[in-house]
Amino acid sequence: MKMDMSQYLDVFLEESKEHLGSLNAKLLDLEKDPSDSSGLNEIFRAAHTLKGMSSTMGFDDVADLTHHMENVLADIKTGTLRVNPQVVDTLFQCFDRLQLMVDNIENSGKGMMDNSDLISILGNIKAGNYEVAAVAAVAEKELVVEAKQNSPSLIGLENEGHSFIFNDYDMAVFKEAISQEFQVQFIKVEVEQTCIMKAVRAYMVFKALEEEGEIVKSIPSAEDLDEGKFEGTFEMVYLTKNDINTVMETVNHISEIKVVEIKELNLDSAPAEKSSPKQAQNTEESRSNSADPNSNKVQAHKIKQTVRVDIERLDQLMNLVGELVMHKGRLEQIGATQKVSDLNETIEQIDRISTDLQSVVMKVRMVPIEQVFNRFPRMVRDLAKDLGKEVDFLIEGKETELDRTVIDEIGDPLVHLLRNALDHGLESSQERISKGKPVQGNVVLRARHEGNNIYIEVEDDGGGIDVHTIIDKAVEKGMISAKEAEQLSNEEAIDLLFASGFSTAQNVTDVSGRGVGLDVVKTKIESLSGEIFVDSKPGLGTRFRVKLPLTLAIIQALMVAVKDEIYAIPLSSVDETTLITNEEIKMIQKQEVIVLRGNVLPLYRLTQLINVPGDFDRDEEMYVVVVRKGDRQIGLVVDTLIGQQEIVIKSLGRLLVGISGIAGAIVAGDGNVRLILDLNTLF
Amino acid sequence: MESAININQDVETSADNIQVVAFQLGNEEYVVDILKVQEINRLMRITRVPRAGEFIEGVVNLRGNIIPVINLHKKFNLAPSGEADDKRIIVFQFDEVKAGIIVDKVSEVLQINASNIEETAKVYTSIDAEIIKGVAKVDDRLLILLDLQKLLGLEVI
Repeated sequence: MKMDMSQYLDVFLEESKEHLGSLNAKLLDLEKDPSDSSGLNEIFRAAHTLKGMSSTMGFDDVADLTHHMENVLADIKTGTLRVNPQVVDTLFQCFDRLQLMVDNIENSGKGMMDNSDLISILGNIKAGNYEVAAVAAVAEKELVVEAKQNSPSLIGLENEGHSFIFNDYDMAVFKEAISQEFQVQFIKVEVEQTCIMKAVRAYMVFKALEEEGEIVKSIPSAEDLDEGKFEGTFEMVYLTKNDINTVMETVNHISEIKVVEIKELNLDSAPAEKSSPKQAQNTEESRSNSADPNSNKVQAHKIKQTVRVDIERLDQLMNLVGELVMHKGRLEQIGATQKVSDLNETIEQIDRISTDLQSVVMKVRMVPIEQVFNRFPRMVRDLAKDLGKEVDFLIEGKETELDRTVIDEIGDPLVHLLRNALDHGLESSQERISKGKPVQGNVVLRARHEGNNIYIEVEDDGGGIDVHTIIDKAVEKGMISAKEAEQLSNEEAIDLLFASGFSTAQNVTDVSGRGVGLDVVKTKIESLSGEIFVDSKPGLGTRFRVKLPLTLAIIQALMVAVKDEIYAIPLSSVDETTLITNEEIKMIQKQEVIVLRGNVLPLYRLTQLINVPGDFDRDEEMYVVVVRKGDRQIGLVVDTLIGQQEIVIKSLGRLLVGISGIAGAIVAGDGNVRLILDLNTLF
Repeated sequence: MESAININQDVETSADNIQVVAFQLGNEEYVVDILKVQEINRLMRITRVPRAGEFIEGVVNLRGNIIPVINLHKKFNLAPSGEADDKRIIVFQFDEVKAGIIVDKVSEVLQINASNIEETAKVYTSIDAEIIKGVAKVDDRLLILLDLQKLLGLEVI
């Protein structure tokens, strides 16, 4: 029977990626601490689930490779195979291959690939160590046999003559059920060949059974059964308090239906516990410890109650809330002008509710940055190996939450920064020794929450940025003249790093230095309304700081008017507003400037920057919005300050993407479209 | 919007006939494939977008969606004509992209037989030829068939 699996493909892809992520993470842990049996179990479980899923979905090459991986993992678990670098490397290679196949499936729907190379390596590893560890022959032989038939965990159940594949979640459900004195029963039912309305019979079986318990699984699925898409027999897993005989009677009572097989499933033969006694012990331990908070580690990956929601629906929800906030703003305006006290009270209530609603929706969209960070340890490890450097990589604050849209975008820039830290930041081992530093370099990736922003830092304790090298390089590349170079401050020189086409690596390596460098990072981060800063201490290290807004959807903005056009300036970049007179404006090299409390600020007129039609008139007094661009302050002359407002950012759409100076649009309370100024690209 | 003309998307189109919306730009009459038309609206407040392309008139708020509006008068170098009250914004949709054009007047919905459409190259050789699919002859009217996809794709990035 061939079922249509396409509807499960998304789930499969999503979950495969999760499993691959946890495989990588756990194998790294295992590499550090080979005695970590709980980590190994996690790997085993993830690999196993992956295998089950992929074979169900018909991606046989994925299943096959995972299967061979499992064989090796099983040996590690029983202790017949020691964790050594060769094994770990091979496993990592397998993970990469699996990732590749999953990517292929995502892109083309096909996951076919010749993995015989890896499979033969896996085979060698297994065989090689098999001889060495011949002492443990008895125990292992069993395993080998089992493993060859199929994975150990499936075996236990398959031997019992059914084809269900249980994942961790199912197992958890079963355990829960058993603890409540339910029995887990396997029922195979046959519908008489002569039966005309098979679907109805199947429905009756379901109905009868569900009165006394719960059918958790069936093959074919309940949907297919409903549509009569099955031949002769179907199988179910049933949770009930009734004993087998009662159940059998219930089912046989339905005409044209016969129970072919019914039995209680023995869960001790289920995945994790089955394959080795040692493992079983572990699980028992963790079970008995479950009240103990220290056992959280083991329990950490227990199932959380979650719902997978299409991100589009969340966007819709966000849009709706956005519109609500917008109309709330409109109501507030009316309330303020009409001065109706009853109305104002209601508006306050609506304000409170919509603020709550907004924060809830925002929270729903928040995802821990862990998702992005988790793939880095592996990457850093591989990179460090390639570069021949020893690196201690530390991640802090991975539970920090960020808007989903930001999460999706922030990965690549961070990869870049980390590569930079490893390649350019950290010195080579010899150099470190000669400088009296520990051979092992430190790279820290840190995320933290501050106000309405998230800071992500990439810090290394390498040689720091050599300002002279940068200047020399910039002059050599003709980016600045030698004369300009002399006048550059350290900060300005470091800023050159972000200019396009700049790369300081002496040798172009595989890792970095292909000329697409920090400028790409900077552009990306700015497109997310973020900023990037660099601190560097010669000889002590470098720190890149990325500042990102918590969410991209709703922000506070200052509304300003020039002539009869109204624009929004993100409040996060506004330092202050002030009123100046014409006399205060000074000229420096044809650039208007003002002196504000001792600081000289360049002055730009918004009317000119965005070519507002109409005559250019000079008033005696004018409003200046002091904005920040990077770490510079700039004065922006506007005609009127309208006020602060919460705005919902909307994109201008594909046709108008990438217009400099404009970050997006909003729909104002009066229904008009207003544009949001992008200060990073406006000047 | 009460003024919007409801256009039935399930219009019958045989292989040879295409159904089009005809509208006026200056003194010329243009048509576009009706299947690409989402709706036709009265003129609304258009917000200018600084630094956008020359032919972008601005953006409008269409029930919460921001939609760019293209000024074909500028593009084809035509003087606006007709009453202000007749002006409309025709909103198109291609896949995910929506855009509107300002027209002087929407005249009618009609069927054009494919055999009546002359290919552009034979009648029209200016730079605008690319965004013009052809010229259709209906009775003694000449209708210019616009290739909206090219219009949006080429002109407005």
